[in-house]
Amino acid sequence: MANNPPVDKELLVGHHTNASLDATIGDIILNPATHNEPAIKTPIKGLMTSPWQIAFGLGFLLLNVLLLSIVMLVWNGIGVWGNNQPVGWGFDIINFVWWIGIGHAGTLISAVLLLLRQKWRNSINRFAEAMTIFAVMCAGIYPLLHTGRPWVAYWLMPYPNWLAMWPQFRSPLVWDVFAVSTYATVSILFWFVGLIPDFATLRDRAKSKFAQVAFGAVSLGWRGSAKHWHRYEHASIILAGLSTPLVLSVHTVVSFDFAMGIVPGWNVTIFPPYFVAGAVFAGFAMVLTFAIPLRKWYKLEGLITMKHIDWMAKVMLATGLIVFYGYIMEVFYAWYSGVPAEMALLYNRYNLFDSPYSWAFWTLIITNGIIPQLMWVPKYRQNMKILLLVTTSISIGMWFERYVIIPISLTRDYVPGSFGFYSPTLWDIAMFAGTIGLFLFLMFLFIRFLPMINIFEMKELLHQMEHDDKHSHDHKENGKLATTAQEGAE
Amino acid sequence: MSHVRDTSPKPYGVVAEFDNSDALLEAAEKVKAAGYRDVDAYTPIPVHGLTDVLEWKDDKLGWVVFFHGIAGFAAGYFLQWWTSQGIPVSNTALQVNGLLPYPMNVGGKPEFSIPAFFPPAYELTILLAAFGAVFGMIAFNGLPKPHHPVFNAACMNRASSDRYVLCVEATDPRYDEDEIEELMNGLGSLSVERVMTSEGY
Repeated sequence: MANNPPVDKELLVGHHTNASLDATIGDIILNPATHNEPAIKTPIKGLMTSPWQIAFGLGFLLLNVLLLSIVMLVWNGIGVWGNNQPVGWGFDIINFVWWIGIGHAGTLISAVLLLLRQKWRNSINRFAEAMTIFAVMCAGIYPLLHTGRPWVAYWLMPYPNWLAMWPQFRSPLVWDVFAVSTYATVSILFWFVGLIPDFATLRDRAKSKFAQVAFGAVSLGWRGSAKHWHRYEHASIILAGLSTPLVLSVHTVVSFDFAMGIVPGWNVTIFPPYFVAGAVFAGFAMVLTFAIPLRKWYKLEGLITMKHIDWMAKVMLATGLIVFYGYIMEVFYAWYSGVPAEMALLYNRYNLFDSPYSWAFWTLIITNGIIPQLMWVPKYRQNMKILLLVTTSISIGMWFERYVIIPISLTRDYVPGSFGFYSPTLWDIAMFAGTIGLFLFLMFLFIRFLPMINIFEMKELLHQMEHDDKHSHDHKENGKLATTAQEGAE
Repeated sequence: MSHVRDTSPKPYGVVAEFDNSDALLEAAEKVKAAGYRDVDAYTPIPVHGLTDVLEWKDDKLGWVVFFHGIAGFAAGYFLQWWTSQGIPVSNTALQVNGLLPYPMNVGGKPEFSIPAFFPPAYELTILLAAFGAVFGMIAFNGLPKPHHPVFNAACMNRASSDRYVLCVEATDPRYDEDEIEELMNGLGSLSVERVMTSEGY
């Protein structure tokens, strides 16, 4: 405890005890009636519904759209998408990168902030990690289906075979297979490890036999032994240390998919850092998009406090500025390199009258570069409507970032004879909507069945706050010093 | 020479419950000072300093992770080296099993392209190290173990919520239930219980 800095008092609002934390978080799952609140009036007379039912229903509906579009694709082939020559990959790679990016905030919150001893991660890490896993699932769908024959997707992996054929290990696409599958696996493991003690809490708290047995089984019989906790904490910190380079490598490798190519606009060294920053940017936006309504619906304002929201908005602002710097550097590179193809690409991006995709570039600059600057104003970081506006704008902007990178470069490369045009088809859009549905569906299943806030880490936070209190009573002077230091740091 | 498992109830230990971690730490110190060796504690949160008080240390996990990481890195490079360059052998078991190398010239790069082969090796390092950390932790902790004798104690129902439980186990050479109970009663515990087991511990 000695080497832990004091925690901000505003990270836990209201009077809490271990038992009240169990009740606040655990009963969301153990008492299904929670999900029928708050009641919302529907246009149909007499029918009341809840946000959970609406969101889950919408997710389920769109999930069916996904299944339909997968059937359409597999039955007819990739031709149902808008992919063509020269745009060999369109919505599939755009959405893949978009989803992978959204997942990154979860790992950042759970791993990087753990290493940095940022206690404010405790109340947001669980559902951010869930988002990571579900976002990676949504992302994984695209490259698998783009193979055209997803039933032989195992060809992506090195395995002994009669043709003696192996993956081409020098290709960034093969690195992607390794990076994304490792990322998915490690994220799931990290998530599960975090859940074990909470499952034990739920097992002991559950009233129904079924819940007791189910949570008992998944808790692996966790009993909170001092020796177990010792190894558990050891494993957690190691996993955090492993996930940190992993999360950086994943989007770096994703950016290599482009940066290793010689296509104008892709072959730039700034791609890896700016992709990683963009991923964190998009991820935090998505975490906030979910956190703001969830804390209201499930009355978690005391656990996910205004302080959390404020800090998340600040992280978003900071990473947004890195991304914006990336855009500026792209322009600078194009001009400074003096390469005609790069200059032409730049022209194709910004010129509103001469090029078919410049509207996408300017949408990107407005949604991703300009609107997030609202976060400089402290009052706006406390205003839920403005925050939701900004996070939605970022989600749209980050999608357009990939849209700008892919069709603009591919439709205008070195040879005018191979210029082309790309537009998505209905099935492109249906599949994108479908993956959003899958994401919603899984998120709300998660909220229904698993604790969306880490119970034992919240107890740890509470414990440390009580200790800080005691400490500052014992040594008033030190306490004061610590507070001033903290204020100075802000 | 009975082949029937002995399921007659035997003492497992004496447990005391506390309502905060400081009381538990203090009690653990006193129990250790009284000379008991086989002591464990059950807490809803990791209590820092508890394993120091219990004089228990285990750093195996770090080494397990380290060697898993090394193995992942080596396996990654070996896989890529073997498949892209390897050693040309024919008519061997390797060929029969489809394990022959298949060198390809890609952009004139060397068959064994060390920099280009780094990302998969790197990812495998992390993957195997993470396996080591998670499954090592689970294995060293002896999980999954759906039932454990200490769950027979009534106070364990709240050990995952807001109770801190200290247990002196019957395997302790100085184990004497009356003496331990008396000691624990004097440590400010909420309750003291004797735990029985029929699982042959």
